Amino acid sequence: MNLLEMKNVKKNFGNLRVLKDISIEVADGEIVSIIGPSGSGKSTLLRCATLLETLDSGTLKYQDKVVAENDSSGKAVYADKETLKQVKSVYGLVFQQFNLFPHWNVLQNVTDAVINVQKKPRAEAEKIGRDLLEKMGLSDKAGYYPYQLSGGQQQRVAIARALALSPKVLFFDEPTSALDPELTGEVLKVIKSLKDLNIAMVIVTHEMAFARDISDKVIFMADGVVVERGSAEEVFNSDNERMKAFLGRYKSIL
Amino acid sequence: MTLSQIVIQLLEGLIVSVRIFAITLLFSLPLGLLVAFGRMSKNALINGLTKVYISIMRGTPLMLQLFVVYYGPYYLFNIKLSPTYRNSAVYIGFIINYAAYFAEIYRSGIQSMPIGQYEAAEILGYSKMQTFFRIILPQVIKRILPSVTNEIITLVKDTSLAFSISVMEMFTQAKALSSSQTSMTPLIVAGVFYYIFNFVVAMVMEKAEKKLDYYK
Ligand SMILES: Nc1ncnc2c1ncn2[C@@H]1O[C@H](COP(=O)(O)OP(=O)(O)OP(=O)(O)O)[C@@H](O)[C@H]1O
Ligand SMILES: [Mg+2]
Repeated sequence: MNLLEMKNVKKNFGNLRVLKDISIEVADGEIVSIIGPSGSGKSTLLRCATLLETLDSGTLKYQDKVVAENDSSGKAVYADKETLKQVKSVYGLVFQQFNLFPHWNVLQNVTDAVINVQKKPRAEAEKIGRDLLEKMGLSDKAGYYPYQLSGGQQQRVAIARALALSPKVLFFDEPTSALDPELTGEVLKVIKSLKDLNIAMVIVTHEMAFARDISDKVIFMADGVVVERGSAEEVFNSDNERMKAFLGRYKSIL
Repeated sequence: MTLSQIVIQLLEGLIVSVRIFAITLLFSLPLGLLVAFGRMSKNALINGLTKVYISIMRGTPLMLQLFVVYYGPYYLFNIKLSPTYRNSAVYIGFIINYAAYFAEIYRSGIQSMPIGQYEAAEILGYSKMQTFFRIILPQVIKRILPSVTNEIITLVKDTSLAFSISVMEMFTQAKALSSSQTSMTPLIVAGVFYYIFNFVVAMVMEKAEKKLDYYK
Protein backbone atom coordinates (compact mmCIF):
# COMPACT_ATOMS: atom_id res chain seq x y z
CA MET A 1 0.00 0.00 0.00
CA ASN A 2 1.22 3.44 -0.86
CA LEU A 3 1.62 6.03 1.83
CA LEU A 4 0.34 8.76 -0.47
CA GLU A 5 -1.56 8.44 -3.65
CA MET A 6 -2.76 11.29 -5.84
CA LYS A 7 -4.58 10.24 -8.97
CA ASN A 8 -5.75 12.35 -11.91
CA VAL A 9 -5.56 15.49 -9.83
CA LYS A 10 -6.87 18.66 -11.42
CA LYS A 11 -6.82 22.13 -9.99
CA ASN A 12 -7.78 25.46 -11.52
CA PHE A 13 -7.45 28.97 -10.20
CA GLY A 14 -10.25 30.70 -12.04
CA ASN A 15 -9.49 30.15 -15.69
CA LEU A 16 -5.90 29.17 -15.04
CA ARG A 17 -5.41 25.41 -15.23
CA VAL A 18 -2.58 24.84 -12.81
CA LEU A 19 -2.70 21.07 -12.34
CA LYS A 20 -3.86 19.14 -15.39
CA ASP A 21 -4.28 15.51 -14.52
CA ILE A 22 -1.40 14.70 -12.24
CA SER A 23 -0.81 11.36 -10.57
CA ILE A 24 1.91 10.61 -8.05
CA GLU A 25 2.58 7.90 -5.53
CA VAL A 26 4.84 7.88 -2.53
CA ALA A 27 5.78 4.71 -0.68
CA ASP A 28 6.80 4.43 2.96
CA GLY A 29 10.22 5.94 3.52
CA GLU A 30 10.56 6.96 -0.09
CA ILE A 31 12.31 10.18 -1.00
CA VAL A 32 10.76 11.98 -3.94
CA SER A 33 11.97 15.21 -5.47
CA ILE A 34 9.76 17.39 -7.59
CA ILE A 35 11.54 19.68 -9.98
CA GLY A 36 10.36 21.93 -12.75
CA PRO A 37 10.21 25.51 -13.97
CA SER A 38 8.61 28.31 -12.01
CA GLY A 39 4.84 28.38 -12.26
CA SER A 40 4.56 24.73 -13.26
CA GLY A 41 2.33 23.97 -10.26
CA LYS A 42 4.77 22.34 -7.81
CA SER A 43 3.67 24.35 -4.79
CA THR A 44 0.04 23.92 -5.73
CA LEU A 45 0.54 20.16 -5.82
CA LEU A 46 2.05 20.16 -2.32
CA ARG A 47 -0.68 22.46 -1.07
CA CYS A 48 -3.31 20.08 -2.43
CA ALA A 49 -1.57 17.13 -0.80
CA THR A 50 -1.45 18.96 2.56
CA LEU A 51 -5.05 20.18 2.38
CA LEU A 52 -4.10 23.85 2.19
CA GLU A 53 -5.87 23.82 -1.17
CA THR A 54 -8.71 21.64 -2.36
CA LEU A 55 -8.59 19.59 -5.54
CA ASP A 56 -11.21 20.27 -8.17
CA SER A 57 -11.07 16.71 -9.36
CA GLY A 58 -9.14 13.52 -8.68
CA THR A 59 -8.27 11.20 -5.82
CA LEU A 60 -6.18 11.90 -2.73
CA LYS A 61 -5.37 9.01 -0.43
CA TYR A 62 -3.13 8.56 2.59
CA GLN A 63 -2.56 4.88 3.39
CA ASP A 64 -6.04 3.35 3.39
CA LYS A 65 -7.80 6.64 4.07
CA VAL A 66 -9.53 8.31 1.18
CA VAL A 67 -9.28 12.07 1.65
CA ALA A 68 -10.93 13.11 -1.59
CA GLU A 69 -12.52 11.22 -4.39
CA ASN A 70 -14.62 12.08 -7.42
CA ASP A 71 -18.37 11.89 -7.26
CA SER A 72 -20.35 10.70 -10.27
CA SER A 73 -20.02 14.10 -11.93
CA GLY A 74 -16.22 13.97 -11.66
CA LYS A 75 -15.89 16.57 -8.91
CA ALA A 76 -13.66 15.87 -5.94
CA VAL A 77 -15.58 15.36 -2.70
CA TYR A 78 -13.79 15.43 0.62
CA ALA A 79 -14.08 12.98 3.50
CA ASP A 80 -15.68 13.90 6.82
CA LYS A 81 -13.91 16.03 9.41
CA GLU A 82 -12.83 13.10 11.54
CA THR A 83 -11.02 11.42 8.64
CA LEU A 84 -9.35 14.69 7.68
CA LYS A 85 -8.18 15.15 11.24
CA GLN A 86 -6.67 11.66 11.34
CA VAL A 87 -4.99 12.16 8.01
CA LYS A 88 -3.42 15.42 9.13
CA SER A 89 -1.30 13.55 11.63
CA VAL A 90 0.29 11.57 8.80
CA TYR A 91 2.11 14.45 7.13
CA GLY A 92 4.08 17.57 7.89
CA LEU A 93 5.13 20.51 5.73
CA VAL A 94 8.20 22.69 5.76
CA PHE A 95 7.59 26.08 4.17
CA GLN A 96 9.88 28.17 2.05
CA GLN A 97 9.37 31.07 4.49
CA PHE A 98 9.73 28.88 7.64
CA ASN A 99 6.60 30.36 9.26
CA LEU A 100 7.89 29.91 12.78
CA PHE A 101 5.81 31.42 15.58
CA PRO A 102 7.74 34.55 16.51
CA HIS A 103 6.32 34.91 20.02
CA TRP A 104 7.61 31.51 21.11
CA ASN A 105 11.18 30.48 21.65
CA VAL A 106 12.75 27.64 19.72
CA LEU A 107 11.81 24.91 22.17
CA GLN A 108 8.22 26.15 22.43
CA ASN A 109 7.98 26.27 18.66
CA VAL A 110 9.02 22.64 18.50
CA THR A 111 7.03 21.32 21.46
CA ASP A 112 3.79 23.31 21.58
CA ALA A 113 1.88 21.20 19.07
CA VAL A 114 3.16 18.02 20.69
CA ILE A 115 1.65 19.22 23.96
CA ASN A 116 -1.49 20.95 22.73
CA VAL A 117 -2.38 18.97 19.61
CA GLN A 118 -1.04 15.51 20.36
CA LYS A 119 -1.72 16.00 24.08
CA LYS A 120 1.52 14.41 25.16
CA PRO A 121 2.88 15.31 28.61
CA ARG A 122 5.17 18.33 28.66
CA ALA A 123 8.18 16.38 29.90
CA GLU A 124 7.89 13.89 27.06
CA ALA A 125 7.40 16.68 24.52
CA GLU A 126 10.48 18.49 25.76
CA LYS A 127 12.53 15.34 25.54
CA ILE A 128 11.38 14.91 21.93
CA GLY A 129 12.09 18.58 21.26
CA ARG A 130 15.56 18.61 22.75
CA ASP A 131 16.55 15.41 20.95
CA LEU A 132 15.44 16.88 17.65
CA LEU A 133 17.19 20.18 18.28
CA GLU A 134 20.34 18.22 18.93
CA LYS A 135 19.91 16.37 15.66
CA MET A 136 19.48 19.75 13.94
CA GLY A 137 22.62 21.09 15.61
CA LEU A 138 20.62 23.64 17.58
CA SER A 139 21.01 22.39 21.16
CA ASP A 140 22.33 25.73 22.32
CA LYS A 141 19.46 27.68 20.72
CA ALA A 142 16.50 26.23 22.64
CA GLY A 143 15.81 29.50 24.47
CA TYR A 144 16.31 31.78 21.47
CA TYR A 145 13.48 33.54 19.68
CA PRO A 146 13.16 33.13 15.91
CA TYR A 147 14.26 36.71 15.18
CA GLN A 148 17.57 35.94 16.89
CA LEU A 149 18.38 33.14 14.43
CA SER A 150 19.77 33.08 10.92
CA GLY A 151 17.49 31.91 8.12
CA GLY A 152 19.23 28.55 8.03
CA GLN A 153 18.75 28.07 11.75
CA GLN A 154 15.11 29.11 11.50
CA GLN A 155 14.54 26.56 8.77
CA ARG A 156 16.16 23.86 10.87
CA VAL A 157 13.82 24.77 13.73
CA ALA A 158 10.90 24.51 11.32
CA ILE A 159 12.10 21.05 10.31
CA ALA A 160 12.38 20.03 13.96
CA ARG A 161 8.89 21.41 14.61
CA ALA A 162 7.48 19.26 11.81
CA LEU A 163 9.40 16.16 12.88
CA ALA A 164 8.31 16.51 16.51
CA LEU A 165 4.84 15.33 15.53
CA SER A 166 6.40 12.18 14.02
CA PRO A 167 4.81 12.39 10.57
CA LYS A 168 5.08 9.53 8.13
CA VAL A 169 5.78 11.88 5.27
CA LEU A 170 7.32 15.31 5.31
CA PHE A 171 6.77 17.75 2.46
CA PHE A 172 9.28 20.48 1.71
CA ASP A 173 8.42 23.41 -0.53
CA GLU A 174 11.70 24.91 -1.67
CA PRO A 175 13.18 24.74 1.83
CA THR A 176 16.29 26.66 0.86
CA SER A 177 14.99 29.22 -1.62
CA ALA A 178 14.75 31.97 0.98
CA LEU A 179 18.32 31.38 2.14
CA ASP A 180 21.68 32.82 1.22
CA PRO A 181 23.88 30.32 -0.59
CA GLU A 182 26.11 29.85 2.48
CA LEU A 183 23.10 28.82 4.55
CA THR A 184 21.59 26.55 1.93
CA GLY A 185 24.25 23.92 2.48
CA GLU A 186 23.58 23.51 6.19
CA VAL A 187 19.86 22.97 5.61
CA LEU A 188 20.39 20.50 2.78
CA LYS A 189 22.81 18.59 4.99
CA VAL A 190 20.20 18.36 7.72
CA ILE A 191 17.57 17.13 5.26
CA LYS A 192 19.99 14.49 4.01
CA SER A 193 20.57 13.39 7.58
CA LEU A 194 16.85 12.64 7.91
CA LYS A 195 17.27 9.68 5.61
CA ASP A 196 17.96 7.41 8.56
CA LEU A 197 14.64 8.36 10.22
CA ASN A 198 12.98 6.32 7.50
CA ILE A 199 10.18 8.77 6.93
CA ALA A 200 9.08 9.56 3.43
CA MET A 201 10.01 12.98 2.05
CA VAL A 202 8.58 14.89 -0.87
CA ILE A 203 10.84 17.77 -1.75
CA VAL A 204 10.17 20.56 -4.19
CA THR A 205 13.53 22.07 -4.94
CA HIS A 206 15.65 23.98 -7.42
CA GLU A 207 18.81 22.41 -5.95
CA MET A 208 19.45 19.92 -8.73
CA ALA A 209 22.60 18.32 -7.36
CA PHE A 210 20.84 17.78 -4.05
CA ALA A 211 17.77 16.28 -5.74
CA ARG A 212 19.96 13.94 -7.76
CA ASP A 213 21.88 12.75 -4.70
CA ILE A 214 19.08 12.27 -2.23
CA SER A 215 16.11 11.04 -4.27
CA ASP A 216 14.73 7.57 -4.78
CA LYS A 217 12.46 9.09 -7.37
CA VAL A 218 12.46 12.35 -9.29
CA ILE A 219 9.41 13.94 -10.84
CA PHE A 220 9.77 16.64 -13.46
CA MET A 221 6.74 18.86 -13.81
CA ALA A 222 6.00 21.47 -16.44
CA ASP A 223 2.80 23.36 -17.17
CA GLY A 224 0.75 21.35 -14.74
CA VAL A 225 1.68 17.90 -15.98
CA VAL A 226 4.33 15.35 -15.08
CA VAL A 227 6.70 15.30 -18.02
CA GLU A 228 9.20 12.80 -16.73
CA ARG A 229 9.54 10.53 -13.72
CA GLY A 230 11.86 7.79 -12.58
CA SER A 231 15.07 7.29 -10.68
CA ALA A 232 17.37 10.29 -10.42
CA GLU A 233 19.62 8.76 -13.02
CA GLU A 234 16.82 8.17 -15.49
CA VAL A 235 15.36 11.63 -15.17
CA PHE A 236 18.61 13.55 -15.21
CA ASN A 237 19.77 11.66 -18.29
CA SER A 238 16.43 11.84 -20.03
CA ASP A 239 16.25 12.63 -23.74
CA ASN A 240 13.03 14.56 -23.30
CA GLU A 241 13.47 17.97 -24.93
CA ARG A 242 11.82 19.96 -22.15
CA MET A 243 13.74 18.07 -19.53
CA LYS A 244 16.99 18.79 -21.34
CA ALA A 245 16.12 22.45 -21.80
CA PHE A 246 15.28 22.76 -18.12
CA LEU A 247 18.41 20.98 -16.93
CA GLY A 248 20.54 22.97 -19.31
CA ARG A 249 20.23 25.90 -16.93
CA TYR A 250 21.82 23.85 -14.19
CA LYS A 251 24.50 22.14 -16.30
CA SER A 252 27.35 23.90 -14.58
CA ILE A 253 26.51 22.41 -11.19
CA LEU A 254 25.55 18.91 -12.26
CA MET B 1 -13.65 77.57 49.69
CA THR B 2 -10.07 76.59 50.27
CA LEU B 3 -7.91 74.84 47.74
CA SER B 4 -7.87 71.66 49.80
CA GLN B 5 -11.67 71.60 49.87
CA ILE B 6 -11.71 71.96 46.12
CA VAL B 7 -9.17 69.19 45.77
CA ILE B 8 -11.16 66.86 48.01
CA GLN B 9 -14.37 67.46 46.11
CA LEU B 10 -12.64 66.92 42.77
CA LEU B 11 -11.02 63.74 44.05
CA GLU B 12 -14.50 62.42 44.68
CA GLY B 13 -15.30 63.24 41.09
CA LEU B 14 -12.08 61.62 39.96
CA ILE B 15 -13.14 58.35 41.56
CA VAL B 16 -16.30 58.42 39.45
CA SER B 17 -14.24 59.20 36.34
CA VAL B 18 -11.86 56.34 37.06
CA ARG B 19 -14.80 54.01 37.54
CA ILE B 20 -16.27 54.98 34.16
CA PHE B 21 -12.83 54.50 32.63
CA ALA B 22 -12.24 51.08 34.19
CA ILE B 23 -15.68 49.65 33.53
CA THR B 24 -15.60 50.87 29.94
CA LEU B 25 -12.26 49.15 29.32
CA LEU B 26 -13.23 45.99 31.15
CA PHE B 27 -16.23 45.43 28.90
CA SER B 28 -15.40 47.17 25.64
CA LEU B 29 -12.09 45.36 25.08
CA PRO B 30 -13.64 41.88 24.94
CA LEU B 31 -16.82 43.15 23.32
CA GLY B 32 -14.69 44.83 20.66
CA LEU B 33 -13.11 41.49 19.80
CA LEU B 34 -16.56 39.98 19.37
CA VAL B 35 -17.61 42.87 17.14
CA ALA B 36 -14.42 42.46 15.13
CA PHE B 37 -15.36 38.82 14.50
CA GLY B 38 -18.79 39.99 13.38
CA ARG B 39 -17.20 42.53 11.09
CA MET B 40 -15.03 39.83 9.50
CA SER B 41 -17.84 37.28 9.38
CA LYS B 42 -18.69 35.63 6.08
CA ASN B 43 -22.34 35.80 7.07
CA ALA B 44 -23.65 38.81 5.13
CA LEU B 45 -26.25 39.72 7.77
CA ILE B 46 -23.83 39.71 10.72
CA ASN B 47 -21.23 41.45 8.64
CA GLY B 48 -23.67 44.12 7.49
CA LEU B 49 -25.11 44.75 10.94
CA THR B 50 -21.73 45.17 12.60
CA LYS B 51 -20.62 47.42 9.79
CA VAL B 52 -23.61 49.71 10.32
CA TYR B 53 -23.15 49.63 14.08
CA ILE B 54 -19.48 50.59 13.82
CA SER B 55 -20.16 53.34 11.35
CA ILE B 56 -22.88 54.88 13.56
CA MET B 57 -20.68 54.70 16.64
CA ARG B 58 -17.82 56.36 14.84
CA GLY B 59 -19.90 58.77 12.79
CA THR B 60 -21.94 60.42 15.55
CA PRO B 61 -20.83 62.30 18.68
CA LEU B 62 -20.39 60.24 21.83
CA MET B 63 -22.30 62.93 23.71
CA LEU B 64 -25.31 62.40 21.47
CA GLN B 65 -25.04 58.65 21.97
CA LEU B 66 -25.08 59.16 25.74
CA PHE B 67 -28.26 61.22 25.39
CA VAL B 68 -29.91 58.53 23.31
CA VAL B 69 -28.97 55.80 25.77
CA TYR B 70 -30.13 57.88 28.74
CA TYR B 71 -33.32 59.46 27.39
CA GLY B 72 -34.11 56.91 24.69
CA PRO B 73 -35.97 54.42 26.86
CA TYR B 74 -38.34 57.18 28.02
CA TYR B 75 -38.80 59.13 24.80
CA LEU B 76 -38.98 56.10 22.54
CA PHE B 77 -40.70 53.49 24.67
CA ASN B 78 -42.12 55.49 27.55
CA ILE B 79 -40.16 53.40 30.03
CA LYS B 80 -39.55 55.28 33.27
CA LEU B 81 -36.19 54.45 34.72
CA SER B 82 -34.91 55.44 38.14
CA PRO B 83 -32.39 58.29 38.34
CA THR B 84 -29.67 55.78 39.11
CA TYR B 85 -30.02 54.65 35.51
CA ARG B 86 -27.85 57.70 34.82
CA ASN B 87 -24.75 55.76 35.78
CA SER B 88 -25.69 52.66 33.82
CA ALA B 89 -26.46 54.85 30.81
CA VAL B 90 -22.95 56.26 30.95
CA TYR B 91 -21.41 52.81 31.16
CA ILE B 92 -23.56 51.44 28.35
CA GLY B 93 -22.93 54.46 26.13
CA PHE B 94 -19.17 54.35 26.64
CA ILE B 95 -18.91 50.58 26.29
CA ILE B 96 -20.77 50.33 23.01
CA ASN B 97 -18.95 53.34 21.61
CA TYR B 98 -15.48 52.15 22.55
CA ALA B 99 -16.19 48.56 21.53
CA ALA B 100 -16.71 49.88 17.99
CA TYR B 101 -13.34 51.63 17.97
CA PHE B 102 -11.56 48.65 19.49
CA ALA B 103 -13.24 46.35 16.97
CA GLU B 104 -11.67 48.28 14.11
CA ILE B 105 -8.29 48.14 15.79
CA TYR B 106 -8.55 44.39 16.36
CA ARG B 107 -9.69 43.89 12.79
CA SER B 108 -6.77 45.76 11.29
CA GLY B 109 -4.42 43.81 13.58
CA ILE B 110 -5.90 40.46 12.73
CA GLN B 111 -5.89 41.20 9.02
CA SER B 112 -2.27 42.27 9.13
CA MET B 113 -1.21 38.80 10.28
CA PRO B 114 0.64 36.87 7.58
CA ILE B 115 -1.31 33.95 6.13
CA GLY B 116 1.73 31.73 6.76
CA GLN B 117 1.00 31.76 10.49
CA TYR B 118 -2.44 30.30 9.89
CA GLU B 119 -1.12 27.75 7.41
CA ALA B 120 1.67 26.59 9.71
CA ALA B 121 -0.86 26.20 12.52
CA GLU B 122 -3.23 24.27 10.31
CA ILE B 123 -0.51 21.88 9.15
CA LEU B 124 0.51 21.27 12.76
CA GLY B 125 -3.07 20.30 13.54
CA TYR B 126 -4.18 23.18 15.75
CA SER B 127 -7.93 23.76 15.88
CA LYS B 128 -9.32 27.13 14.75
CA MET B 129 -9.77 28.21 18.38
CA GLN B 130 -6.25 27.17 19.35
CA THR B 131 -4.83 28.90 16.32
CA PHE B 132 -6.54 32.14 17.22
CA PHE B 133 -5.91 32.20 20.94
CA ARG B 134 -2.45 30.62 21.06
CA ILE B 135 -0.88 31.94 17.89
CA ILE B 136 -2.75 34.85 16.32
CA LEU B 137 -4.12 36.90 19.23
CA PRO B 138 -0.86 37.21 21.19
CA GLN B 139 0.84 38.62 18.11
CA VAL B 140 -2.12 40.84 17.29
CA ILE B 141 -2.01 42.34 20.78
CA LYS B 142 1.60 43.33 20.29
CA ARG B 143 0.83 44.89 16.93
CA ILE B 144 -2.17 46.90 18.08
CA LEU B 145 -0.89 48.05 21.45
CA PRO B 146 0.15 51.52 20.23
CA SER B 147 -3.30 52.18 18.71
CA VAL B 148 -5.00 50.84 21.82
CA THR B 149 -2.89 53.19 23.94
CA ASN B 150 -4.10 56.15 21.87
CA GLU B 151 -7.68 55.06 22.32
CA ILE B 152 -7.29 54.60 26.06
CA ILE B 153 -5.79 58.06 26.47
CA THR B 154 -8.72 59.49 24.56
CA LEU B 155 -11.05 57.57 26.86
CA VAL B 156 -9.56 59.25 29.94
CA LYS B 157 -10.48 62.62 28.47
CA ASP B 158 -13.81 61.40 27.09
CA THR B 159 -15.03 60.43 30.57
CA SER B 160 -15.71 64.16 31.00
CA LEU B 161 -18.52 63.83 28.45
CA ALA B 162 -20.55 62.13 31.18
CA PHE B 163 -21.25 65.66 32.40
CA SER B 164 -23.79 65.93 29.57
CA ILE B 165 -26.19 63.68 31.46
CA SER B 166 -25.16 65.12 34.81
CA VAL B 167 -23.13 62.24 36.18
CA MET B 168 -21.02 63.61 39.01
CA GLU B 169 -17.65 62.82 37.56
CA MET B 170 -14.70 65.14 37.86
CA PHE B 171 -15.49 67.55 35.06
CA THR B 172 -19.10 67.99 36.19
CA GLN B 173 -17.83 68.79 39.68
CA ALA B 174 -15.20 71.18 38.40
CA LYS B 175 -17.68 73.04 36.25
CA ALA B 176 -20.16 73.37 39.13
CA LEU B 177 -17.49 74.54 41.55
CA SER B 178 -16.09 76.97 39.06
CA SER B 179 -19.38 78.75 38.54
CA SER B 180 -20.42 78.73 42.21
CA GLN B 181 -17.01 80.08 43.27
CA THR B 182 -16.57 82.22 40.16
CA SER B 183 -13.05 80.89 39.98
CA MET B 184 -10.79 79.18 37.46
CA THR B 185 -9.07 77.15 40.16
CA PRO B 186 -11.37 74.08 40.10
CA LEU B 187 -10.94 73.78 36.34
CA ILE B 188 -7.18 74.05 36.62
CA VAL B 189 -7.06 71.45 39.38
CA ALA B 190 -9.24 69.12 37.31
CA GLY B 191 -6.91 69.65 34.35
CA VAL B 192 -3.94 68.66 36.49
CA PHE B 193 -5.77 65.53 37.63
CA TYR B 194 -6.63 64.52 34.07
CA TYR B 195 -3.03 65.05 33.14
CA ILE B 196 -1.75 62.89 35.97
CA PHE B 197 -4.36 60.23 35.16
CA ASN B 198 -3.13 60.07 31.58
CA PHE B 199 0.47 60.16 32.66
CA VAL B 200 -0.11 57.02 34.71
CA VAL B 201 -2.04 55.39 31.86
CA ALA B 202 0.77 56.14 29.41
CA MET B 203 3.32 54.73 31.83
CA VAL B 204 1.39 51.50 32.30
CA MET B 205 0.96 51.08 28.55
CA GLU B 206 4.64 51.72 27.96
CA LYS B 207 5.43 48.98 30.48
CA ALA B 208 3.11 46.63 28.62
CA GLU B 209 4.78 47.45 25.31
CA LYS B 210 8.20 46.87 26.82
CA LYS B 211 7.04 43.54 28.14
CA LEU B 212 6.11 42.44 24.64
CA ASP B 213 9.42 43.65 23.29
CA TYR B 214 11.00 40.26 23.86
CA TYR B 215 10.28 39.24 20.27
CA LYS B 216 9.95 40.83 16.85
N1 LIG C 1 -4.01 31.15 -4.83
C1 LIG C 1 -3.80 31.32 -6.13
N2 LIG C 1 -4.67 32.04 -6.88
C2 LIG C 1 -4.48 32.20 -8.20
N3 LIG C 1 -3.43 31.70 -8.89
C3 LIG C 1 -2.52 30.98 -8.20
C4 LIG C 1 -2.66 30.76 -6.80
N4 LIG C 1 -1.60 30.02 -6.38
C5 LIG C 1 -0.86 29.78 -7.48
N5 LIG C 1 -1.39 30.36 -8.58
C6 LIG C 1 -0.87 30.29 -9.93
O1 LIG C 1 -0.71 28.93 -10.28
C7 LIG C 1 0.46 28.73 -11.04
C8 LIG C 1 1.31 27.67 -10.40
O2 LIG C 1 1.82 28.19 -9.18
P1 LIG C 1 2.75 27.37 -8.21
O3 LIG C 1 3.04 28.26 -7.07
O4 LIG C 1 2.12 26.07 -7.91
O5 LIG C 1 4.04 27.14 -9.10
P2 LIG C 1 5.46 26.56 -8.69
O6 LIG C 1 5.74 25.46 -9.62
O7 LIG C 1 5.48 26.28 -7.24
O8 LIG C 1 6.44 27.77 -9.03
P3 LIG C 1 7.77 28.28 -8.26
O9 LIG C 1 8.87 27.39 -8.70
O10 LIG C 1 7.93 29.67 -8.75
O11 LIG C 1 7.49 28.20 -6.79
C9 LIG C 1 1.12 30.08 -11.17
O12 LIG C 1 0.79 30.61 -12.43
C10 LIG C 1 0.51 30.89 -10.08
O13 LIG C 1 0.44 32.24 -10.42
MG1 LIG D 1 6.47 27.13 -5.56
